[in-house]
Amino acid sequence: MIGDVLTVAWKEWRELLQLGGSHRGGRFSLVILVAVFGVFLPLQAGAEWVQSPATVFYWGWVPLMLVGSAIADSFAGERERHTLETLLASRLPDRAILLGKMCAAVAYGWGLVIVMLLLSLVTVNVAARTGPLLLFPWRFAVGAPLLALLGAGLAATAGVLVSLRAPTVRQAAQTLNVGVLLLVFIPILGVQALPDSWTSQLGAWVMANGVDGVLWVSAALLALLDVGLLFAAFARFRRARLVLD
Amino acid sequence: MAVSAPAIIRTEGLTRTFGDVRAVDGLDLEIPAGTVFGFLGPNGAGKTTTIRLLLGLLEPSGGRATVLGFDTRSDAASVREKSGALLEHHGLYERLSAEDNLAFYARVWRVDGAARGERIRALLEPLGLWDRRGEPVARWSRGMKQKLAVARALLHRPSLLFLDEPTAGLDPVAAATLRDELGTLVRREGVTVFLTTHNLAEAERLCGRVAVIKQGRLLEVGHPDELKARSATRAQITGRGFSDATLALVRGRPGVVRAELQNGRIVLELGQSADTAPLVALIVQSGGQVEEVRKDKGSLEDVFMTLMEEER
Repeated sequence: MIGDVLTVAWKEWRELLQLGGSHRGGRFSLVILVAVFGVFLPLQAGAEWVQSPATVFYWGWVPLMLVGSAIADSFAGERERHTLETLLASRLPDRAILLGKMCAAVAYGWGLVIVMLLLSLVTVNVAARTGPLLLFPWRFAVGAPLLALLGAGLAATAGVLVSLRAPTVRQAAQTLNVGVLLLVFIPILGVQALPDSWTSQLGAWVMANGVDGVLWVSAALLALLDVGLLFAAFARFRRARLVLD
Repeated sequence: MAVSAPAIIRTEGLTRTFGDVRAVDGLDLEIPAGTVFGFLGPNGAGKTTTIRLLLGLLEPSGGRATVLGFDTRSDAASVREKSGALLEHHGLYERLSAEDNLAFYARVWRVDGAARGERIRALLEPLGLWDRRGEPVARWSRGMKQKLAVARALLHRPSLLFLDEPTAGLDPVAAATLRDELGTLVRREGVTVFLTTHNLAEAERLCGRVAVIKQGRLLEVGHPDELKARSATRAQITGRGFSDATLALVRGRPGVVRAELQNGRIVLELGQSADTAPLVALIVQSGGQVEEVRKDKGSLEDVFMTLMEEER
């Protein structure tokens, strides 16, 4: 099973790496994102970049943008290019196909986040270091990649659910973009809509547990969402339905 | 005593409906191992649905099918494990090179790493694709892509190969080339082939056994020669002085299914028992001058067209 997952992921990676002329726009957006999170924002924040709790939470949602484009293509792209039925007619088990596609997208998003994180460290050290090396505290050094991984997982599982039924890559990408926007704005608006007593209780809880508490609770919530969506994707994967779609 | 080869595909009342439409309707088939089996029918006859059912990609609405000894409903994964398929679309990843396409499917079918390269070469070289293996498939012609898709289907040495209209959309030269190469590959690999096509010349050339399907129902099955033998014999009589009166005389003879005057020639369609010599004598007696008599069996196309007309 693991071998089959890696085989599918290998193919997905080969396709991602071979993206041609029509995807140059996508590559350009990628360079912009890496420049913003790896250079521009660290330059703006200076030494605060490695100390600010806000920084660590960036990395939970950055992969949502990165993974979205790759995962939208996973099934909708195969359907659009008429390669899906041949893949389904192979000996690959359902879960290997699903997990292989998700693993490739997660590795892509998470790998880029790690590159951005390292680049941001280089940037702040070049631009703002006055004494010893500027490094993330250990809980940020663990928490940021963990949140990024779980964020990438969320985008991959939600994205595969959309891509399984979307007739075209464009439609899958549009649906996912709306999803990402909702994911960002619903918590913000949701917190504002809470009764005052709840907001103050929440504030008190954050004060009592600190950044660490918020970090681990966020990670736990993301992990729960990831697992839930993963099982939903397993349930939604039906060869007969995919062939007829 | 001759021992017949065991059935590699067996269907019993296989049925698949989509709403009110019966795409496959009570299909009973038995296909022995080692055969190139042609599944013929017009567009929408149910050929592709049958392949999907046999590969376990679709569940039957009724009846059952066993492929390579595995039930397609309960053990579809085993069917797919031991089969190869070139479906309606070639299914190649066009951004990838030919070599990467084959390398991916070699990994899928667990072709041993060391043997993988050799196997890819052994398939691409005879098809004339080896030298261009590094190019993205998107740059290739349709004919080259179809050949590559055939190579991919044979990569893991399957016992059974499904080919869904492999020459559809190719120009006549590319189709003939692919057909020849397909025949050679299939003989070399010793694989059983389930081939759907509406190209009857292709079926006649490649297939040891054919079935004709229309609107999901099986109309005929047998060796192409058997099917042709069941059809009427045609005779063309060239000469002079043929008239409507001559035709009327001929039409009245036993065994004559049809008699027509075409471009000054009498074209006869004869039943199984009809003898041509007395008919020629009759024409001569009625004042006709016979220069040439040509008699032949109908082609598979004639059989096919007759079946389609009968079922209309």
